[in-house]
Amino acid sequence: MIKPLAFCLTKKPRYSSARLNEKLAMDFTMISPIKLSILSIAAFIIPVIFAIVIGGSRRLTIYISFSVSALASLSCAIAGLWALSNGITQQLTLPIGLPALPFHLRLDQLSGFFMVIIGLLSFYVSIYSMGYVGGLSRELPTRRLIVFYNLFVAAMFVVVLADDALCFLVAWEVMAGASYFLVMFEDGRSESRRAAYLYMVMAHVGAVLILLSFGVMAGVSTGFENFTGYTFDAMRAMDFPVKWATAAFLLYFIGFSAKAGVIPLHVWLPEAHPVAPSNVSALMSGVMLKIAIYGIVRFTFDIIRVYPWWWGALVLVLGLISAVMGVLFALMQHDIKKLLAYSSVENVGIILIGIGLSMIFTSFHLPVMASLALVAGLYHTMNHAMFKGLLFMGAGAIVHAVHDRKMDNMGGLIRRLPWTSVLFLVGSISISGLPPFNGFVSEWLTFQALLLSPSLPNQLMKLLIPLGAALLALTAALASATFVKTFGVIFLGNNRGANQHEVTESGWAMRIAMMLAAFTCLCFGILPTIVIDWMDVITERLFGTKLNTTSGVYGWMWLTPVDPERASYSGPLVLIGIIVVCSITYLLLHVRAGNIRRAPVWDCGFQKLNHKMQYNAISFSMPIRRIFGFLFKIKEQIRVSPQQRHPAFPVKSNYYLRIRDRFWGWIYRPIVDIVFLLSRKASLLQHGRIHLYLIYSFVTIIVLLAML
Amino acid sequence: MRSLHFIFIEVLQVMIVLALAPIFSGWVDMLKCWSQGRTSAGVLQPYRNIAKLFIKDVVLAENASWIFRFTPYFVFGTAVVVGCVIPIISMNLFLAPSADIIVIVALFATARFFMALAGMDIGTAFGGMGASREMMIASLTEPAILMAIFTVSLESKSTSLYHIVQTFYLGGMVLRPSIVFAAIAFILVVIAEAGRVPVDNPATHLELTMVHEAMILEYSGRHLALIQWGSMIRFFLFSALGIACFLPWGIAAADTVGEISVSLFFIVIKFAVIGVVVVLIETGLAKMRLFRLTEFLGAAFLMATLGMICFFILE
Repeated sequence: MIKPLAFCLTKKPRYSSARLNEKLAMDFTMISPIKLSILSIAAFIIPVIFAIVIGGSRRLTIYISFSVSALASLSCAIAGLWALSNGITQQLTLPIGLPALPFHLRLDQLSGFFMVIIGLLSFYVSIYSMGYVGGLSRELPTRRLIVFYNLFVAAMFVVVLADDALCFLVAWEVMAGASYFLVMFEDGRSESRRAAYLYMVMAHVGAVLILLSFGVMAGVSTGFENFTGYTFDAMRAMDFPVKWATAAFLLYFIGFSAKAGVIPLHVWLPEAHPVAPSNVSALMSGVMLKIAIYGIVRFTFDIIRVYPWWWGALVLVLGLISAVMGVLFALMQHDIKKLLAYSSVENVGIILIGIGLSMIFTSFHLPVMASLALVAGLYHTMNHAMFKGLLFMGAGAIVHAVHDRKMDNMGGLIRRLPWTSVLFLVGSISISGLPPFNGFVSEWLTFQALLLSPSLPNQLMKLLIPLGAALLALTAALASATFVKTFGVIFLGNNRGANQHEVTESGWAMRIAMMLAAFTCLCFGILPTIVIDWMDVITERLFGTKLNTTSGVYGWMWLTPVDPERASYSGPLVLIGIIVVCSITYLLLHVRAGNIRRAPVWDCGFQKLNHKMQYNAISFSMPIRRIFGFLFKIKEQIRVSPQQRHPAFPVKSNYYLRIRDRFWGWIYRPIVDIVFLLSRKASLLQHGRIHLYLIYSFVTIIVLLAML
Repeated sequence: MRSLHFIFIEVLQVMIVLALAPIFSGWVDMLKCWSQGRTSAGVLQPYRNIAKLFIKDVVLAENASWIFRFTPYFVFGTAVVVGCVIPIISMNLFLAPSADIIVIVALFATARFFMALAGMDIGTAFGGMGASREMMIASLTEPAILMAIFTVSLESKSTSLYHIVQTFYLGGMVLRPSIVFAAIAFILVVIAEAGRVPVDNPATHLELTMVHEAMILEYSGRHLALIQWGSMIRFFLFSALGIACFLPWGIAAADTVGEISVSLFFIVIKFAVIGVVVVLIETGLAKMRLFRLTEFLGAAFLMATLGMICFFILE
């Protein structure tokens, strides 16, 4: 059997984390993963300065800035892979930050894994941006885009490297702030301002909750008297009492959920993703949401470690709800970027299913199963970054070409955008969880993890978890309906809009980036064993068990988690099988040169076919809307305009459809109403008269004096 | 020499799938004619249809893209690949470990994905309608079929088909309530998946009720032949899947000539019986309205869930 690269890499001696626990002794002769990553993150400052000094609108500036960011991202990914494949853990203390509160950084397997995800996707997206940003209109603030883009990417790397609460929160806020300005990119449009405001509010509510959770954990680990508890090491050393641990968990879980877009905290996603430039949406959806996943994994499995099973059940249930509701919302959309944003809600749900299961298995002390479930969740995290990045880049290329986001104005673009269509098709197949691409592998692993539930001692869980598998199957089926609709309406059929002839294919930079992402999707789909080998060090550190002892039994061609008797899947063989059969059939049928005659569409002899008779995005989803419509607030009206001679011949009929989120009415509307009510009451105090305000100050002073 | 032996079994199985699938469809059609008091065209009629279509030229719509031309090959290709994996004549298939039951369902879903795209490719109302309905039906059948399969796999602690077959075959014949419920659910779902009568009508044409036929309306010549052959194989394989999960007796455990010929004998018997059952269902029922399907498939899902509950409570 051919030994793949990963096997050779893992066979290297593993360094103990204690020996490499070095302080900031910048020994440049020996480069190590953490130094490489710090240097690469520092390199992101170059394009920022470049853009500020020279100005962003010139084509050369754009090329240089984004190639520097691409290289920096790539080297961060390499650093992450280095740490991951060699099982290295390194720590470093930077002499910046507040006095006596330096920044601690740590590169271990988990952060290495997320560095690989962020690095790979931001490498692709940076290449893409060279073409995309260059093609933007000159009125738009390109300089601001370059500056905040680089800050955003660099901040994401720092978040996963952070090893203390202060550094984590600072990087987290830089990430949120930079992305706020990116969402605000087209600040002339009220849609952008509204989305950015909503995004800022949600980001800050989340950040405050995470801050509070850090407060709880740091306070419990070193007492509330001194500051040393702010490092994650101090928290890691502590066995939290269940009460405090639960408080911390609920706080950070809600905080991270707001970032990840877990239902019901998802409302900002479908607003913010569509208005941001597409390269930024690709990063926000592909990796920024994953940083929140990183947070959940880091604090639950690495820092708190011991917890009751219902935490996992909570995560699992929210994951299932997000998955099903997210995909149904996506199916109802006809704005391409909004559709992709809702589909991120779905995928975050699938990731949380894996993580929640892993938490349940951990709390019942079943480490092998916990590893499988966590690997499933993390694998989907990586896959989603790749295919959602690809799809958002594709959406960018489409919007660039058509100047519209409404799918119902497109159609037939496969002839105008041949490259984009193929690459978008790869993304669509991957995200629908269909073999041989990558989305299938992680969903398959999640199914396997769900089917392990009979080993649980809890009767209720045994029964309910397989029902979760049915919901996951429903999600996967609805996802493929969603992407049949998306691809079909955008690329197939006849053009529904008017500007077909102005549509041109995207430039080489955008195409190359999308090709790389599509190639990654295929590789992760057919070579899962190698990827899981890399991920094994994570589970080995967190649970003390590895998966590859069983997953590699048949060699790298077969993926056999837990036990080859239980289940096996061979991506390469399936792919080769389909290719071989298809090509043999093709060759056999073309031995006798059969003619292909092109003719007008038959359509059962129906005449005068026009593009309005095609199914569009709204009509495609009608049957499913009818079945699952009770989950939404749907307003549907058909108004027939005044007839002329006979009611059977209406002049014009109007169809009106509005689909709204029930959660908005249930949760957000009341909060907004209460805030307005309170502010109206508070405004009674304000009259704009100086003497009244002097009386307020006077009364305040009197009260304070009396109390002291 | 041992590997040659495995390859021989594999090739034999593919041949059987390719050859028997049209005969099975012909058998069902023939029985249906008889049950309705008509004279039938004979078991081999599907062969004649396919052969005729292969000889004919292709008439392709002017605006058809490569998706439209690629889909027939892909649909046929996935069907054949699945045919290599399901244990039909022997348990020890060389390729069986490369795909478990979830992969099989997903491969069929991939084929359906492309069929639906091909339906939308020409830009007619029929094609879009077929695609939309097909995806709706799929979104309801997929959870139900996986639930039925999961009940079986919980019972055998595996999702690998060859392992499921071995467990049930070698484990002896025990009537388990969970398996019975799962089997009922499976039959209901397969009727929907294969596009048979209460859900879709394979003989329909030019009706607003059609689903599968609406998607392939624009196909002709060899493309149509491949699609029709592919869907016959699909029907055959779903039946074979049911046999593997619920009636595995007779599948060869060892690759000797004797065992294989016994298993061939059993295949003929089982498919003949399945044909009779299908015809009884189809002639006894009328085609359902599209939105009544939720009840039909909901019932299938409920049966599968009941099976699972039985597994946890009784066993």
